[in-house]
Amino acid sequence: MATTTLEPRAGAYRRSWVIDWLTTVDHKKIGILYIVNSFLFFFAAGILALLIRTELAVPGMQFLDQDTYNQAFTMHGTIMLFLFIIPALSGFGNYIVPLQLGAPDMAFPRINALSFWLLPLGGGLIFSGYLFGGAAAEGWTAYAPLTSDQYAPGVGTDLWVIGLTLVGTASILGAVNFIATIFKMRAPGMTLFRMPIFVWTVLVTAVLILLATPVLTAGLIALFIDRNYGGSFFDPSVGGNPILWQHIFWFFGHPEVYIVILPAMGVVSEILPVFSRKPLFGYRAFVFATVGIGLLSFSVWAHHMFTTGSVFLPFFSFMTALIAIPTGIKMFNWLGTLWRGKLMFTTPMLFALGFLSMFLIGGISGVMLASPPIDFHVQDTYFVVAHLHYVFFGGSVFGVFAATYYWFPKMFGRKLNEPLGKIHFWIHFIGFNLAFFPMHQLGLSGMPRRIGDYSPDAGWTILNLVSTVGAFMIAVSIIPFLINVIATFINGEPAGDDPWEGNTLEWATTSPPPAYNFDRLPPIHSERPLFFLTHGHGHAAERPEDLEEEPIAEEKAGDIERREDPLV
Amino acid sequence: MSARTMQAHPAGEHEAEAAIQHGGSGMPTALLGMLLFIASEVMFFGGLFATYFNARATTPGVWGPPEGAHELDIALAGALTVVLVASSFTMQFGVWAIRRGDTGKLKMWTAITLALGVLFLMGQLYDYSQLGFGIADGVFGTTFYTLTGFHGAHVFGGAVGLTIILARTLRGQFSAKNHVAVEAVSMYWHFVDVVWIGVFSTIYLLR
Repeated sequence: MATTTLEPRAGAYRRSWVIDWLTTVDHKKIGILYIVNSFLFFFAAGILALLIRTELAVPGMQFLDQDTYNQAFTMHGTIMLFLFIIPALSGFGNYIVPLQLGAPDMAFPRINALSFWLLPLGGGLIFSGYLFGGAAAEGWTAYAPLTSDQYAPGVGTDLWVIGLTLVGTASILGAVNFIATIFKMRAPGMTLFRMPIFVWTVLVTAVLILLATPVLTAGLIALFIDRNYGGSFFDPSVGGNPILWQHIFWFFGHPEVYIVILPAMGVVSEILPVFSRKPLFGYRAFVFATVGIGLLSFSVWAHHMFTTGSVFLPFFSFMTALIAIPTGIKMFNWLGTLWRGKLMFTTPMLFALGFLSMFLIGGISGVMLASPPIDFHVQDTYFVVAHLHYVFFGGSVFGVFAATYYWFPKMFGRKLNEPLGKIHFWIHFIGFNLAFFPMHQLGLSGMPRRIGDYSPDAGWTILNLVSTVGAFMIAVSIIPFLINVIATFINGEPAGDDPWEGNTLEWATTSPPPAYNFDRLPPIHSERPLFFLTHGHGHAAERPEDLEEEPIAEEKAGDIERREDPLV
Repeated sequence: MSARTMQAHPAGEHEAEAAIQHGGSGMPTALLGMLLFIASEVMFFGGLFATYFNARATTPGVWGPPEGAHELDIALAGALTVVLVASSFTMQFGVWAIRRGDTGKLKMWTAITLALGVLFLMGQLYDYSQLGFGIADGVFGTTFYTLTGFHGAHVFGGAVGLTIILARTLRGQFSAKNHVAVEAVSMYWHFVDVVWIGVFSTIYLLR
């Protein structure tokens, strides 16, 4: 066979590690850059959250004024969503997807580097509003007419628009890369239905990014034209329509919710089987449910706009309620995986279970909000804030931490300390619920979102104080996490290739993997090639049909040398 | 490399290089990448068209250029449409030529396509100079210039791609077997053409 030479081998050149990291096109290094960058933005947006919660702890404006407060919650939401959760999960996707596919890199390594480097640039521009007279202050949804040059004269909103356009472009290029990688770079024998479930969720996410984000870009450009060139897209006085912004924003924004949650679901679906010592229950059902959520996501955007009076309530309410079906299937998948499993409560498993329980609460409040009579009452109240934090934080961010603890040994060759990880989890979990559960009640009793002050007579004081205590607990929980990371780098327990007895190909190579990842690949007969390798096919009888499908691996391999396989 | 991987079923393993020889069957990876990028561009223009239709549907009274301005020049726009559609054909002739390995014909057809693209852009700029209303003159002006302007920007991007193709052709970098860049740029050029047909029908014909 024609051996593809990888000359010059990585490491052939000597150069400083700074240049190496700045110019790398290796998917693993880019993945780590994504994750580190995301955590830096996470800490920045977390500080903003603490400012918000401190201001809200008791009635009265203590140390922020109204405008700084508006900037704080706008930046908090924008940064958390666009520069923490999405890029963090993209980072894990970047690192893990090629490994799980048995591929040497992403399909377009240099475009991959470009999509990463646009992120700090875009994020920096969004933040730089603080240096030029104030950041954007309209909320992360930036509803018209709050964004008109009349109400938001500062340059902060323009910087927000430009920065977000760059971040969106980065996302789109990343999505192109993921889809091309998944369709073109799978190892011989890895059919679509043998792909690890995390790869499936990344694939559906990439399709959503590819089709939803450009619509936001169009809206952002329209907004920029309105603000800077006298356009009138959203200005009703000259024929524009402010509701149009909401349509455009949420046509992107609702798929975006699934862009944020699906890869986290994928992470959890990798972790639960490994620490239950069972295969994922209902692999195919899970795949179809993921695709189903992706399809439905384009028909539910107007459930954010029930109270505008300009959308057809029965349709959007019905479609939104339908989302509960594929999501419910996934809950069954996860519970069925846990059922009678040999559960191991490691830190990644705790975060995955945290995801399950917290996302369930977020999902239930989501179905409540899908009902227009309820939505009319709690629109723009803290009930919505509670809901979205249970989904984004209780769901996605728990997923990010689960992924961090699960894949850290693969990335750096050392296991994070388990006791410190568990301390982190429990403070985090309790703090999260203290911070966000009271918001349900605050919303039901009428507290509007995005206010910096409230009356002492409103009866919201105690719950707000509890919530603030919870927010600081979350901040405190990050301390053992950081200590853990630093201590592990200094003197962590060596992980070995496969510390968790994983199922998927990333555990078949060294920790950390060498450049181009694999010297040899094990045969792939199921979505758990490594389990198969470790325990032999006698124990892999959960999918006997795969054994009969041989020799598909050889056929798929195309012009690769055919060889005798004792398994056939 | 893990010892376990090396020991178990050694004959069943695949050379890692197998995974590097990706895209062995079906569409080349680069072409798939371009196709996916075009899909995102379709959604981008979808968003812009949505703003246009929304404005048109919510505007009371006559939909068109503001009072006192010139009517849209359908004759000129129609001529430009012919130019751009023709350039799609010339582009495809170039692609067919290089598939046969005829670099001389590729050179010729790419140059003609580029010339037609530039002609379209100049015609559009001339049209802009004659209209007498601007992007700030009401929602028609805003949507008109945004749609046609972003389309023009994409034509410009395609022209840059064509220039690169032409330069690479002159250096003899393409052959019957190796010309994926030509295929990708032609795909993009056809897409830009189709968008213009949509823009022209929407703005000029569906009035």
